[in-house]
Amino acid sequence: MEPVLRINNLQVTYYTDAGRARALDGVSLTLNAGEKLGLVGESGSGKSTMALAMMHMIKPPGRIEEGQVIVGDTDLTTLTKEEMLKARLEKITYIPQGAMNSLNPVMRIGAQMVDAIKAHYKSPSKAEMAEMSMDSLESVDLDRSVFKMYPHELSGGMKQRVCIAIGILLKPQVIIADEPTSALDVVTQRQVMETIDRVQETLGAAIILIGHDMGLMAQFVDKVAVMYTGRLMELSTVREMFTNPQHPYAQALISSLPSLDNKGVFQGIPGLAPALLRLPSGCAFHPRCQHTTEICTTMLPRLEQMEGGRMVACHLYTEQV
Amino acid sequence: MSIRKVIERLLFLVVVIWTASTITFFIPRISKRNPIRERFGQLARTGGFSPDELEIIIESYSQKFGLDKPLWEQYADYIGGIARLDLGVSLYQYPKTVLELIQEAIPWTLGLLVVSTILSFIIGNSLGAVAAWPRAPRWLRSIATPFILFMGVPPVLLAVFLLFFVAFRLKALPLGGAYSIGVIPDQSLEFYLDVLRHQLLPALALIFGTVGGWVLSMRGMGVTIQGEDYVLFAEHKGLSGFTIFRDYYLRNALLPQVTGFALALGNMVTSGIVIEQLFGLPGIGTVLYNAIKANDYLVIYGVVLFITIAIATLMVMVELLYPLIDPRIRE
Ligand SMILES: Nc1ncnc2c1ncn2[C@@H]1O[C@H](COP(=O)(O)OP(=O)(O)OP(=O)(O)O)[C@@H](O)[C@H]1O
Ligand code: SF4
Ligand SMILES: [Mg+2]
Repeated sequence: MEPVLRINNLQVTYYTDAGRARALDGVSLTLNAGEKLGLVGESGSGKSTMALAMMHMIKPPGRIEEGQVIVGDTDLTTLTKEEMLKARLEKITYIPQGAMNSLNPVMRIGAQMVDAIKAHYKSPSKAEMAEMSMDSLESVDLDRSVFKMYPHELSGGMKQRVCIAIGILLKPQVIIADEPTSALDVVTQRQVMETIDRVQETLGAAIILIGHDMGLMAQFVDKVAVMYTGRLMELSTVREMFTNPQHPYAQALISSLPSLDNKGVFQGIPGLAPALLRLPSGCAFHPRCQHTTEICTTMLPRLEQMEGGRMVACHLYTEQV
Repeated sequence: MSIRKVIERLLFLVVVIWTASTITFFIPRISKRNPIRERFGQLARTGGFSPDELEIIIESYSQKFGLDKPLWEQYADYIGGIARLDLGVSLYQYPKTVLELIQEAIPWTLGLLVVSTILSFIIGNSLGAVAAWPRAPRWLRSIATPFILFMGVPPVLLAVFLLFFVAFRLKALPLGGAYSIGVIPDQSLEFYLDVLRHQLLPALALIFGTVGGWVLSMRGMGVTIQGEDYVLFAEHKGLSGFTIFRDYYLRNALLPQVTGFALALGNMVTSGIVIEQLFGLPGIGTVLYNAIKANDYLVIYGVVLFITIAIATLMVMVELLYPLIDPRIRE
């Protein structure tokens, strides 16, 4: 199958007063149509930066240094500004983290959908645009009457659904959902996730689901990517990740998940995530890793393919050979 | 907005007017001065009628103005008069009524103050909005800065500077007056242009003196709004920069500014009164100034009452219209 999304060596740097912070360092991955990838990692590990870079929305002082984001057969990084505006929503879409405030409080929901359609298609009729919008609302289990409502008339879950409806309005091939449920209660979280799951399947789009909630993630995604200091540490299927993680950081993440067996014991990962401006040499995880060897402090481990197709960036697996 | 709310606001307006009227009624009475006696006392000194004659005149005039009646009756008359838009008569330009004086002056004041306030609002908020918009060209964003510098300068001082340099030194614009001497007011274009030339300097003083405030508050508001999630999401939708600026950024940033508009007009009146005087414009400010100079009580209190009512009405109007621009306030 031809992959619908290919990210090659994507690099983003924030030029801050204190120095250059490489928030995204050579990330590569591919996704097939219909595939669901979960992206996890501590706060500040670069998940949102990656999403923004894919949307071409990194703002100064940040800059995309190099790399490609290829959707279908279009390399987004080579598009002009106008072409990129068109690509958003049509090829690649972003469902925002803060759905509570992602809708303009003084515009009706309908108007916020119609202006998006107008920005992409040449003069569709009013009726057509309304029809399109209401269909999209219906597909995320909202009533068609939401079209005429204002954001403050909706609950949090409904607002998140509206954001999804806007995101899939133009049937994109790639959907990025950045912690789409973080502000919702557990029951609503589930329902919204099910909706995302369903619309994504209907569209046959690839989805990148960013989040902290490993439990929720485990139920919805096919693959999990673990990120640390702007680099991918491990990329494997959900089953492999949860039953047999390879990378020491991924292992630590998984074993810190609460379960009935380790009830009452609060298992974290010792140490703190390093600041991007003062990254440890070699493998950035080495100060917190239990398997550190000499080479770990000097050489950066590359993301290598292991048998079964999973990818791991750790000297434990590359240097043995 | 429900009918109930509208009625509530209108009742509030009535209470404000009633309170203001009561204050303007009692203040001159508390002062224990007798404007009629003062007025005719002056005349007696210069015009030479005897003290006896003076007493008769004062008495008959007091009767005429109802000043011989008990206080509560005077009060009832006064409030009743206001309800009928009767603010009494000028003691100095008798038999001209206070309302007539205000009516003659109001077009000048409305023209100058309202137009200046609106222009200042538009210019200041546009500049402030653009100054905070990161994607606007740098030169466009920096236009706002000099206006902020003017903010500390009172409009009156600006007016003096403009008068001195533009009118007196350069002779580019007239020194004062509502229109050129010898011109007879009519509806011709020439007359209007002449009036415009005379209004230019006072308007500039008022605008420059107030525009910085708008720039500053709008810029602050803009910085907050541009970081809002809905502005970012609008970008994710692929909207054009202009659409985002207009519908997502400006519309939201303007909301609190609109509330400030009525207040700004109130402040404008304060500066406007002095500026009208400075430029010899026959507006409300000049009426008030002359009345104060001549101790023409009824005119002073009539004008103060009028301004109070005008601003209170405007505020209630803004409040009633606000839901039109902010759906969250609607019920
Ligand atoms: N505008 C910016 N200027 C400077 N540094 C930034 C900027 N935005 C992000 N960063 C840095 O980039 C790194 C990655 O941030 P990012 O928001 O991508 O993390 P994240 O994984 O999404 O975290 P979270 O789980 O909290 O959402 C962080 O160290 C952050 O400090
Ligand atoms: S490379 Fe070394 S330090 Fe890094 S995770 Fe692997 S073993 Fe630990
Ligand atoms: Mg984030």
